[in-house]
Amino acid sequence: MSARDLFTFHNRHFRSGVGITAAILIVTAIAGFIVLPFAQPWVQFANVWDAICSAAGVPQRAANVAAPEQTRRLSEVVLTSHTLSRPSQEAIGRGATLAQRCAICHGPTGISRADSPNLAGQYAAVIYKELHDFRSGARTNAVMSPFAVNLTDQEIADLSNYYAYLPRLPAYHPTPQLPKPNIVIYGAPMRGIAPCGSCHGALDNKTGSPWLEGQSEAYMKAQLQAFASGERRNDISQQMRNIARAMTPQEIEQAAAYYASQPPDVVKAVD
Amino acid sequence: MLANRKLILAHFWLAFAVFGVALTLGAWQMFIRSPIGTWLSNPELYYRSLTAHGTVMGYVFPTLVAMAFGYAISESALEQRLVGVRWAWTGFWLIVIGSIMAVIPIALGRASVLYTFYPPLIGNVFYYLGVVLVVVGSWIWVALMSINLHVWRKAHPGAAVPLAMYANVAGSYLWAWTALGAALELLLQIIPVAAGLKATIDAGLARVFFSWTLHAIVYFWLMPTYIAYYTIVPRAIGGRVYSDSMARISFILFLVVAMPIGMHHTFGDPQVGAGFKFIHSAFTALVALPTLLTVFTICASVEIAARLRGGRGLFGWMRALPWDNPMMLALAFSFIMLGFGGAGGLINMSYQLDASIHNTQWITGHFHLIFGGAIVIMYFAIAYDLWPHLTGRELIDLRMIRTQLWLWFVGMMVTTFPWHWVGILGMPRRMAYFDFGDPAIAPQALSVTLSAIGGFILLTSGILFLVILARGMRTPQADAGPYRFALAVHQQATVPLALNTHALWVALMIALTLTNYGYPILTLALTEGTSVPAVFVGAQ
Repeated sequence: MSARDLFTFHNRHFRSGVGITAAILIVTAIAGFIVLPFAQPWVQFANVWDAICSAAGVPQRAANVAAPEQTRRLSEVVLTSHTLSRPSQEAIGRGATLAQRCAICHGPTGISRADSPNLAGQYAAVIYKELHDFRSGARTNAVMSPFAVNLTDQEIADLSNYYAYLPRLPAYHPTPQLPKPNIVIYGAPMRGIAPCGSCHGALDNKTGSPWLEGQSEAYMKAQLQAFASGERRNDISQQMRNIARAMTPQEIEQAAAYYASQPPDVVKAVD
Repeated sequence: MLANRKLILAHFWLAFAVFGVALTLGAWQMFIRSPIGTWLSNPELYYRSLTAHGTVMGYVFPTLVAMAFGYAISESALEQRLVGVRWAWTGFWLIVIGSIMAVIPIALGRASVLYTFYPPLIGNVFYYLGVVLVVVGSWIWVALMSINLHVWRKAHPGAAVPLAMYANVAGSYLWAWTALGAALELLLQIIPVAAGLKATIDAGLARVFFSWTLHAIVYFWLMPTYIAYYTIVPRAIGGRVYSDSMARISFILFLVVAMPIGMHHTFGDPQVGAGFKFIHSAFTALVALPTLLTVFTICASVEIAARLRGGRGLFGWMRALPWDNPMMLALAFSFIMLGFGGAGGLINMSYQLDASIHNTQWITGHFHLIFGGAIVIMYFAIAYDLWPHLTGRELIDLRMIRTQLWLWFVGMMVTTFPWHWVGILGMPRRMAYFDFGDPAIAPQALSVTLSAIGGFILLTSGILFLVILARGMRTPQADAGPYRFALAVHQQATVPLALNTHALWVALMIALTLTNYGYPILTLALTEGTSVPAVFVGAQ
């Protein structure tokens, strides 16, 4: 008894085993690659080969339909794991010098007194993305855009590292901390809204999402409304626009008020 | 003749200890997302627990049970001392180290990716390395099973390999080949990203690799259960196996057709061609065949036992069965759950029917019923049957054992039936939170509550199981005699070469993998621009 006795067509088990398996494979292949594709009257195939390629999932060039023209610029920021890693002291220092021109709105210590975002201790990736978007025009603001338009890549990285380096100070107008509203911790699953906290902190953080604790309530409300109306559109894959559109005005109020009332030192140190 | 009792007991105890922990986590998960639990406001904790539950129940627990049972079979069925005991211990310790390595990042919240990995989600690299170590540890077992059979064959040229060992080695080969898919996914795709060498991942290709493992792994989990059906149950209830050949053919069929069918898990994936989905669907239908053969053969074997005990009539013989025997009870429960679970499985594998339940709670209900129910209840039975031979002490309290089996059966039914139902209503799976206050899903609150209660019944049963085994270590010493397997009605001295060796069937398994997976994997691997940025868990 050896493999030679088994792997031969003289052995009936080999004959039937291989034969039945091959027969099933051939029958299912004919059904799956030829019969069933043609059984779909709503799909047209040029020939049998075309049907087989389609059923096999051969990557095909899409039909000659021009992609819709983008009337507005989209965010083009690319962030790799090396973009902002390990800033040097020198880079932070350069960022500090550059940041003097930001101080008028964002405050000399990165804490705003003008309902602009507090930048002290904000994630570097967030500042990096927003500055890029302001520069490219993916995000526009009458006051901010002119500041960003002439920044170089290096300057944007330096500024991001500088602000990320600053300590998170308490917000300027601390209010009593509010309890977590549903929209922040549960979201609204039936309307497809993920909890705010699953990207913006409190539960978890996603790269590119800012922490929001202690930010200006008026600013956050304005941004949510801008996302909802489509006025702001630098969110990738419309993720914030889809959420903001589905939020009720009351939920927008609650989320903004909740985050504004939180001290920034509760932000989870994850970096 | 079990010479290496310590080795086998170590595997069993580790298996059941981690099972106890994962079961507790499972019950907690059922509770916390049901209307009776107060939501803890942190889905991350839920996914952490879910990842631990899945990783233990999917990779560690059944693998250890299969290994322990495999070593026991090798020693008792072949009646020879295990060859390579040191290697066996090495495999065991690899699994211990791998499990610890995987569990720490999960506990720290750095690997909440669920046990199915879900790229482009990427967790801590040590989680994946831990899983790889567990798989490598089990591959040592695969090699040992093959070597032990080889040694036995040399000493017994031409003799029929005992059915238990034949099936055991078939199961080990199936595992070796099917684990390769996830191993390729981990080594080629996920670990380079988790280690920081790459920032993008081809999620579609990774999912296809995982489907290579994901379905046949179920049949690897199933193997000890089927071996118990054929080789333990008839002996334990005083009957004989109706057909030894039918048993071998069933295991051969599992080996050949369990593997090239995994793409029925990717029916919703656009990167796989519809033709391949159809082929996989058709082959999945074939895998029902060995199960139907088994149900037939085992029912016939049980009938033999009943008629030997004086059972009469077309169905009257069922009353003559030894229903107070835990093995009989476990078999009956297992078959009922296998019946419902199998019927549900036929729905999952049908391309069109799947559309209505894809990614819903139906799927979770389905695999808990099949794996947690039909399969695990036989793991209990295997442990009960082997325990006296491993400890040299008797399991005295049969009443307690019956209670435990009853609780597991009732618990599993109460858990999974409502689970299936809410799935049909459209409730998605992998959700940490449901707002049952919303009128749209408020009616499902009752079903989900029932399900959670079932979870606690299962937990009770699981604790009882551990108590029974622990108490079994303390009862007075009693010699249980040699461990035997069921004999066939017509015990054959010789078996045809094809039914006595695995080579032909392993070759067919590999060939079908190439035909059914080769092209999709090659095109996905060679197509440019299919990678997406990785999403790192717990990173900023």
